Amino acid sequence: MFTIYPARRILTMNPARPEATHVAVRDGRVLGVGDLAELQVWGAHRIDDRFADLMLLPGLVEGHSHISEGVFWQSVYCGFFDRMDPDGKVWAGLPTIDAILARLAEAETALADPALPLSGWSLDPIYYGDRRIGRAELDRVSTDRPIGIMHASGHILSVNTRALELAGLLRPGLNHPGIPLGADGLPTGELKGPEAMMPAGRHCGFDREKQAGDERGLRQFARLCVRRGVTTATDLANLLPDDAVDMMLRVTGEAAFPARIVSFRRNYGLSMADLVARAAALRARSSDRLRLGGVKLFADGSIQGFSARLRWPGYLGGQPNGLWYIAPEQLTEAYERALAAGILVHTHTNGDEATDLALDCLEAALRRQAGPDHRFTLQHCQLGDPAQFRRMKALGMCVNLFPNHHFYWGDQHYETTLGPERAERMNACASALAAGVPMAMHSDAPVTPLGPLFTAWCAVNRRTASGRILGAAERIGVADALRAITLGAAYTLHLDGELGSIACGKRADFAVLEDDPTTIAPENLKDVRVWGTVQGGRVFAAADI
Amino acid sequence: MAAAPALPVTVIGGYLGAGKTTLVNHLLRHAGGRRLAVLVNDFGALPIDADLIEGADGAVLAIAGGCVCCAYGSDLIEGLEAMAARRPRPDHVIVETSGVALPDAVAQSVQLLASYRRDAIIVVADIETTARQADDRYMGDTIRRQLAAADIVVASKADLAGEDTLAAAQEWLAGAAPHAAVLPAVRGALPPEALLGPPATGRLLLSRQAPHDAAWSSQAFAIDRPVDAERLAARLAEPAMGLVRAKGVLAGRAGPVALQVVGRRWEVTPAADTPAAGGGLVAIAVGAPLRSDAIHAAIAEATLAEA
Repeated sequence: MFTIYPARRILTMNPARPEATHVAVRDGRVLGVGDLAELQVWGAHRIDDRFADLMLLPGLVEGHSHISEGVFWQSVYCGFFDRMDPDGKVWAGLPTIDAILARLAEAETALADPALPLSGWSLDPIYYGDRRIGRAELDRVSTDRPIGIMHASGHILSVNTRALELAGLLRPGLNHPGIPLGADGLPTGELKGPEAMMPAGRHCGFDREKQAGDERGLRQFARLCVRRGVTTATDLANLLPDDAVDMMLRVTGEAAFPARIVSFRRNYGLSMADLVARAAALRARSSDRLRLGGVKLFADGSIQGFSARLRWPGYLGGQPNGLWYIAPEQLTEAYERALAAGILVHTHTNGDEATDLALDCLEAALRRQAGPDHRFTLQHCQLGDPAQFRRMKALGMCVNLFPNHHFYWGDQHYETTLGPERAERMNACASALAAGVPMAMHSDAPVTPLGPLFTAWCAVNRRTASGRILGAAERIGVADALRAITLGAAYTLHLDGELGSIACGKRADFAVLEDDPTTIAPENLKDVRVWGTVQGGRVFAAADI
Repeated sequence: MAAAPALPVTVIGGYLGAGKTTLVNHLLRHAGGRRLAVLVNDFGALPIDADLIEGADGAVLAIAGGCVCCAYGSDLIEGLEAMAARRPRPDHVIVETSGVALPDAVAQSVQLLASYRRDAIIVVADIETTARQADDRYMGDTIRRQLAAADIVVASKADLAGEDTLAAAQEWLAGAAPHAAVLPAVRGALPPEALLGPPATGRLLLSRQAPHDAAWSSQAFAIDRPVDAERLAARLAEPAMGLVRAKGVLAGRAGPVALQVVGRRWEVTPAADTPAAGGGLVAIAVGAPLRSDAIHAAIAEATLAEA
């Protein structure tokens, strides 16, 4: 016995059979896709017509996110843009600082214990005329309990006076580039960079390692996936200690857990040899819904934080070049060892110099160590240029670009960090495809909201928050965008044989949509409504999740 | 209970393979009774010689002589806080950075914690390769920024270089590290007193004969009259004085002050009180005789007229 689902239209991503009206599912897999008569040959079946008026696409694949998106929703949302939480509630974007403070004050009165911290997230001062938000503002909410608001970039924390006191930072004489001081010689309450954030962050509910092992956050993240049509999502930089892996295996293994999580081990605290060995050991613990064994490396920082490594002529304002997070010798060694062990490596590069380094190091490693079909992927690679994409292609690499960033921070890059020409070529999806590089694209949730259809809209339109079309020549078509958020992302994870398209033998993973993304106007692609998902043959309606 | 005095932190930086680990091991072997705590960027490339390790407890290694070692990864602040909370409390903390870190950024982060004070930045530079690496397309500016931040440059692998090469390398390093004393070294063999400072402020007795390869000397100077401490410190920091360090507590214009010179950098800060035995300082030179006469002259020049 198996189930046949008729649908309004099924887009398969399989060029041999791109469209269909029915899909048959047995044992969590696609038994066949076609018309009813073609599927009935398999024998006894039942017809389930709940999708008869809906669109089916391959389950969307988020190739660069973090399960901390689910954890952050335990804090107060302080963003400028509307954003949907795991319950499906859309939190209105906050147009003014007063509105932010009002929402925080409301949350504050709901906290009974006066010692409990109040935490918020997704603050972005660039939308408030660059008015800063520090302790003077947050003290209006409370001077008794510590308050910390994480900025959208993840690189700045705004705190109140109480949090500075608890951190031992409310004192004169501090001299640190990440801690601006007020006229009184005391910190203003903006803390920039991990070292500056860390002492106060712990008192405000931000403890990164605890977040990684947060069971509730993992469940919330998976609920968001359903609401966004995502059936497979990466968790791209986890430390994956054994107790977190135990928890993740248990939770993802529950019958009703609705998503597949692909978690990569972040490069931290291990030699390259131990890192690759650890990844191999983790790989052996993989289950269907928790895939382990990948390694995430970091080459540089972020462009808006001026810590990305840029080639000449560097930053628009003449700021010193950014920071390296790994030495070339280490990067080459990691690649070489991973190639030998068949371990997949994804490398964070933002600046074009960091991308050059990754290319040079992989080329050097490949001269010494063959790595058939390695699919090493550059993540973000925001300033990739055509020559770099051609090298990626030649080296067998993939790229996962960041169109969402273009929407949220493109104006800032145009005006402040890079200048017009380089801002236009950021996240150059069209150049990557033209060079034939296997391409995915991502949200980096929680940095920007999880939602591959929004990501696709960003890549198709390249509109910034101010309405500027930034780099029209790098826009891609809807069909290419939809491929990137399904089969394209699956390819970068070595999962394209198993998922990413709807075809006989593949996982029965579907995004169930109320609107047809191929007939809706491209400028409205982000408004396509998601009904829910089918994951491994299990149906998850967003309305019930 | 009075707050414990701030713990001194010495940051050891320098590019991959320069010899940071060798230097750290040398310091651990010749700790001279100091309880050293070492924070390393990771345990992966385990920096501590196996025979020094007594046991491992999670991310902390116990090291012979009561020292400890802990991996901090990206959470330097957390590592430092844990070190300051250990009992018995360490006397001195050494942070060994990654090869691509900027040691001045690490030193700035150290001072976010009230329980610590920055002691010095030591950058280890391989005599044979550093000048070439400083022109590397990717790493050149990072290596130059590391050197520019140094108070002391340990010019490592001095035995592998010929005399001409050594002289040229020292000259190049002096230009790249304008605030530093440049000390050639073989396998990190330098006196801990030069790298970490005299064991405790105001303690004027030092061993005359030290078990180290590099010739070095230290001398105590009694200063029983008030001095212009800033003037004296600036003078002692001049390259011609040839000092690696000078440290003392003495009577300044407006009360007792602590004076510290490391390389070409100096600072004068208020001190609780002048030692009962009177003020004084210890000066340390490495590789060249200590210019005792010049130091006496500097003290005399800085001595304030009787009120």
